[in-house]
Amino acid sequence: MTKHDIVIIGAGGVGCAVARELSRYNLNITVLEKECDAAGGISGRNSAVVHAGFNNVPGSLMAKLCVEGNRGFEPLCRELDIPYKKTGKLLVAFDETDMNALQEIMRQGIRNGCEGLRLVDADEMEKLAPGIGGIGGMYSPETAVFDPFLYCIALAENALANGATFHFNSEVVAIERTKVEEHNEEHDEEHSKEYSNDRFVVKTADGGEHACRFLINCAGLSSGKISELAGGPSYQLYPCRGEYFILDKVAEDLLPMPVYPAPRKGIGGLGVHLTPTTAGNIIIGPSAEYISQIDDLSCTRPVMEELFKEAKALLPSIERKYIIGSYAGIRPKLAPPEEGGYRDFVIQEEEQCPGLINLIGIESPGLTASMPIARMVRGIIGARMPLEEKEDFIAGRKGPVRFRDLSEEEQAKLIREDPEFGEIICRCQKVTKREIRNAIENPFGAKSISAIKYRAWATTGRCNGGYCLTRIVDMLVNEYGVKPEEITYRSTGSELFSGKVK
Amino acid sequence: MSETKNHTNEYETRGVVHETCDVLVVGAGPGGLAAAKSARDAGAEHVFLIERDDRAGGILNQCIHDGFGIVRYRKQLTGPEYALRAEQEAEASGIELLTGCHVLRIDAHTRAHKPARMYACTRAYVVTAVSADGLKQIEAGAVVIATGCRERTRGAIAIPGSRPAGVFTAGVTQNFVNIRNIMPGKKVVVFGSGDVGMIMARRLSLEGAKVEAVIEILPEPAGLSRNVSQCLYDYGIPIFCSHTVSKIIGKKRLEAVEISELDESMQPIRGTERLIECDTLVLSVGLIPENEVAQTAGIKLDARTNGMMTDQYLQTNVPGIFACGNARRIMDLADFVSEQGELAGRNAVAFLNGTEMGEWDEARTSSMAKGFPEKGVVTCTLCPTGCQVRYNEALGEYEGNKCKRGAAFAEQERVNPQRILTTTVKVANRKTGDGDYCRVNLLPVRSAEPVSKQSLPQLVQELREITVEPPVKCGDVVAEIQEEAGCYIRIIATADADSNFLE
Repeated sequence: MTKHDIVIIGAGGVGCAVARELSRYNLNITVLEKECDAAGGISGRNSAVVHAGFNNVPGSLMAKLCVEGNRGFEPLCRELDIPYKKTGKLLVAFDETDMNALQEIMRQGIRNGCEGLRLVDADEMEKLAPGIGGIGGMYSPETAVFDPFLYCIALAENALANGATFHFNSEVVAIERTKVEEHNEEHDEEHSKEYSNDRFVVKTADGGEHACRFLINCAGLSSGKISELAGGPSYQLYPCRGEYFILDKVAEDLLPMPVYPAPRKGIGGLGVHLTPTTAGNIIIGPSAEYISQIDDLSCTRPVMEELFKEAKALLPSIERKYIIGSYAGIRPKLAPPEEGGYRDFVIQEEEQCPGLINLIGIESPGLTASMPIARMVRGIIGARMPLEEKEDFIAGRKGPVRFRDLSEEEQAKLIREDPEFGEIICRCQKVTKREIRNAIENPFGAKSISAIKYRAWATTGRCNGGYCLTRIVDMLVNEYGVKPEEITYRSTGSELFSGKVK
Repeated sequence: MSETKNHTNEYETRGVVHETCDVLVVGAGPGGLAAAKSARDAGAEHVFLIERDDRAGGILNQCIHDGFGIVRYRKQLTGPEYALRAEQEAEASGIELLTGCHVLRIDAHTRAHKPARMYACTRAYVVTAVSADGLKQIEAGAVVIATGCRERTRGAIAIPGSRPAGVFTAGVTQNFVNIRNIMPGKKVVVFGSGDVGMIMARRLSLEGAKVEAVIEILPEPAGLSRNVSQCLYDYGIPIFCSHTVSKIIGKKRLEAVEISELDESMQPIRGTERLIECDTLVLSVGLIPENEVAQTAGIKLDARTNGMMTDQYLQTNVPGIFACGNARRIMDLADFVSEQGELAGRNAVAFLNGTEMGEWDEARTSSMAKGFPEKGVVTCTLCPTGCQVRYNEALGEYEGNKCKRGAAFAEQERVNPQRILTTTVKVANRKTGDGDYCRVNLLPVRSAEPVSKQSLPQLVQELREITVEPPVKCGDVVAEIQEEAGCYIRIIATADADSNFLE
């Protein structure tokens, strides 16, 4: 059994942000994640938008933390050296009802503290995002797009560099509450009594046992279950699936910024929208459909048909031939289907279960708000025990080299320094062998294809890995000694091959 | 001369490797190899052939089955044999082959010179490429683009369902099985009856997988008739036409696919769904010309097929840039690709010289029999015509064959059907000891003579146990194994296994 001050369950955007924020202090922190890598759940299955905060009810945590998150996002991405692009965003009205809804949204946004919101007419809309249908819209200049995979990975790596530990493929199966030993190591008697006499032992499917004082539940779709396991209150979460299409980079120029329809009442999401990504692919989606299972990530024929139709209404120039992939994410909603819309985030230490800090219903705009959420968690812990800042906290992180983004001179120089920069492994995204190697040699030792995909961006292009998968497998097998039957797409169980032929 | 020198200096200051040539060919598959050779033969002095893989041959290297060369060499060759022959011919003609070199873009007319009728004095195109040697910029007078094709993917056809491991395209499966010695799974469904899909259905069956079914959305198989009979019928693999894979099922690894019958408007018919348990789905749902490089040069593509559009001389809308093979239009046979490459290479030189170019006969592009073979009819596989030969019992003679060989073939097929055995054997790899999984540790082989169809599975099974010691030359006998009937079969290598295996 290992002992910690803090155990965080879940290495999504919120879990990684909490780990990174708490790693500023002299705390023993560990993160437990059931998937093989960071961003393996809902944080890697969304629209990848840094929201401005106009969609949320004034006075709610969602509104407050989203606006705060938006303001800090660009410097955070710079600090972590990950892609971020302040594109702005358009909400499009197709009729007067929509226009009225947009005026309402704008008033709400202004109350929330969003900056620069303004209504635009069809002419200005045409200038901002040529070819978009509609009679007018609302423009939000502070909305941005980012890379949610690298965001989580960078936060996790930075937390790791500052002493936090991570356990992947470690699903939490049981949580025991125990009495705190009388002689508390670091903190004085009076203080330890003040926060709690309880502590937890968290058991994982891979046999791990982790004792801790504070258990931070960032388990997304499983956060209701984790709360119950820990002896906290029950929360009913309603999984609400959203399906997406991914378009080829050749369509990149068709869309300079996220374009959403004006919000309509009663839907559980923001409506089917079009979003450019930092990598140059447009994504279409998501749908919003309440489902019964938290892990049914299927795309369905009727929704796929509908998605394309609605996207085409927003942007008539998109074509079916641009589609290169699809995926689905699931929102962990607190609002039941009959209610629809949003209920506010729950972020609190549970009275009935001291030491358990629950983060429940963290759906959109959870990623935008993740760092303010993390600071809120820090505040809760700081009120219970003294937090001592590390003197040697490392705030910055250097992201990996991206060959494709460099000038010819820089590319030529890199190849001279390391010939592996001259070997293109992923033909669609022009990812070099050296970049694949950097991804394979990540500090978490994650060697799944998805881990390499999200770090190096290989396999994400129009050939779906038809060219690079064989070459990546070659490297894993011949240079890293991984057996073919051990190579997984994602976590354990997603093995790609049955073994050798002969 | 001084101008060239200035150019070189300019490149040097940017740290770029600068080279010049007369004709530059992108892609060393059958089309590119033939184009490069014919450009040399037509008198071009410096011909560069650029290949991104670490060897020439393109996709032929993984096509270990036979059926290549029946037009060009009047022989049943395997893919690697055909590739080796084409490569040797190209090398002998004096081309310069650059492997491991990936073309990033082609800038047309950057020197602002008119290209035509100025052979050897003006370089009209700058081809930017990367390799381990550096970032290269190669000036060329004319360019032939022979970049082949890629496979349509699950993503592109948007099959509903989850995204588990175990879904591969047929070409990727072929690469893993035939070159990298990696088996994708044990219970397989093939979606799409393209040729590679059917060939992989046979290959996976021979290597011990159970191929449950081939699913085809069209009312008829999409691939060649000869593959329907020799890859599916020979192995009892059912094909469901007018069906689709309507759902992919599996949380982590593929668990099953749901198939549905299609109505006339290609919509799944409700109530016809059924599940097929499987751990692997192989997709053979079409090939798309690969034209990323062509687009950088401003070459017009066919909006529907993504192929480069050319005139009858195989010249694209950019003067001096020619196209051939699958990058222009998907072709049935490597032989035709080679013929087209040959013409493209020759025309590239004619362009430089300002002389007359030859015309391509479009009928050559696609001429093989496709779909279901007729019942009671033998599809002759001796030439691309694919004659449908029938035995007329009343007359005691064969009908439908356009030549005598067709009758003999049908007679053999009726009495004792025979096939060339093609498979792989392990090669001892001294570097890693057991050599397991190493990329070059499989050697493609074939039987020297056709063997009885029934004995194929047994013979392939026996060859699984054999390991050969390098070096081996293409054509060397690597084993002799006995058919059940008693006859000894000589097994010969269809590629070289040389020092690469020992390094």
